[in-house]
Amino acid sequence: MTAPLHGLVLAGGHSKRMGRDKAGLEFEGRTQLERAFGLLDNLVPRSFVSVRPDQQNDPLRASYPQIVDLGDIEGPIAGIRAAQLAHPEAAWLVLACDLPLLDIATLQRLIAQRDPTRIATAYRSSHGGLPEPLCAIYEPAAAQLLAAWIASGQNCPRKFLINSDTMLLDQARPTSLDNVNTPAELAAVASASSATAAAPRELRVQYFALLREQAGRRDEAVMTRAATPRELFAELTARHRFTLGTEHLKVAVNTEFSDWSRPLAAGDSVVFIPPVAGG
Amino acid sequence: MSAFRFSHTPLDGAQLRAELLDVQCGGFTAFEGWVRDHNEGQQVLHLEYEAFEALGIREGEKIVAEACERYGVTRALCVHRLGDLDLKEIAVWVGVASPHRDEAFKACRYIIDEVKHRVPIWKKEHYVSGDSGWVNCERCATHAHDHDHDHDLGAHHTHG
Repeated sequence: MTAPLHGLVLAGGHSKRMGRDKAGLEFEGRTQLERAFGLLDNLVPRSFVSVRPDQQNDPLRASYPQIVDLGDIEGPIAGIRAAQLAHPEAAWLVLACDLPLLDIATLQRLIAQRDPTRIATAYRSSHGGLPEPLCAIYEPAAAQLLAAWIASGQNCPRKFLINSDTMLLDQARPTSLDNVNTPAELAAVASASSATAAAPRELRVQYFALLREQAGRRDEAVMTRAATPRELFAELTARHRFTLGTEHLKVAVNTEFSDWSRPLAAGDSVVFIPPVAGG
Repeated sequence: MSAFRFSHTPLDGAQLRAELLDVQCGGFTAFEGWVRDHNEGQQVLHLEYEAFEALGIREGEKIVAEACERYGVTRALCVHRLGDLDLKEIAVWVGVASPHRDEAFKACRYIIDEVKHRVPIWKKEHYVSGDSGWVNCERCATHAHDHDHDHDLGAHHTHG
């Protein structure tokens, strides 16, 4: 029997090299924590944010379901251990909050390739091939082993995966798990990303209900420079004279509910969702 | 069989109920949504349902899983009809089986309420007057700032 998969965003770090709270850094209009949690929340039924005891009421973190560290272990392994203790029946998709290039496809693939009979499923690092412990799935069977690992004085999650029966996958895009530790690194990532966003690329749009009637079609391929669903909808409203505004709509990208400010990439499939009326 | 699905053909409550029969369950509750002949002062002739099926199945399965976890029920199923429906047809069917009745009632209520708000399904009503309209959409379009009805499905998905 496969254990239910829960999500955990690690946001309890001290961000020493960044000089300020990494979870609160904004990238493309959202904090890194908001982005990481949003990715997980679209993929698994329950997600949590891992925090230190003194971060529970922090405004950035207070609105999320939290799992509080025990405060007695150093490093990200503390958050993983606290999650295992809180929900021993669950497997955990653990995610660092400082991976600005991580996309939903990378997580979808991790989930699809998950081997629940192993201790963990993880990607190989593009820098040296060792397991990436902070974008990985830890099965319930990892809990006891991790407890013993910590008890033996170890606290490196990468070494834990190296020494465990870990299923290793290759990354489809070698940069998808690059993390950022300094403001300069984040700035480099941000400028690379805005340079690619400027070129027009093809997106697919599907229409339903009132929007389908107003557009006069079920779907279309659109060549656009629109960086986000919000910009794309403005462009399409000018073309099709839609009567609904974004305040009445939701949006899905690649069959996941999405933010209006999520960056769009070539080949993305976008659906604008009018007010629903099931039942 | 998936715990949430769409059907392009008429729903048969007895058949769906049979999928949930379980020797561990002492209680079963079902909700059926029917096509009625009026809505908001208009005489309704028939209905049309349309869905974004791929996302709808994901969201519907999530809702049923939430209900099972929240209320500890043993089995639950929700099926929503799509296409053209006549008066008195079943538009949506929810069934829940559990050891005791209380959880079954609560889980059933939870599923239908959440499905109405979260699953991307749209309903077009065709009226005796010859008019037709997408429920919850036409009023938004004409009164863009009138927030008096319950289509704020975003509340369930946004965090902070």
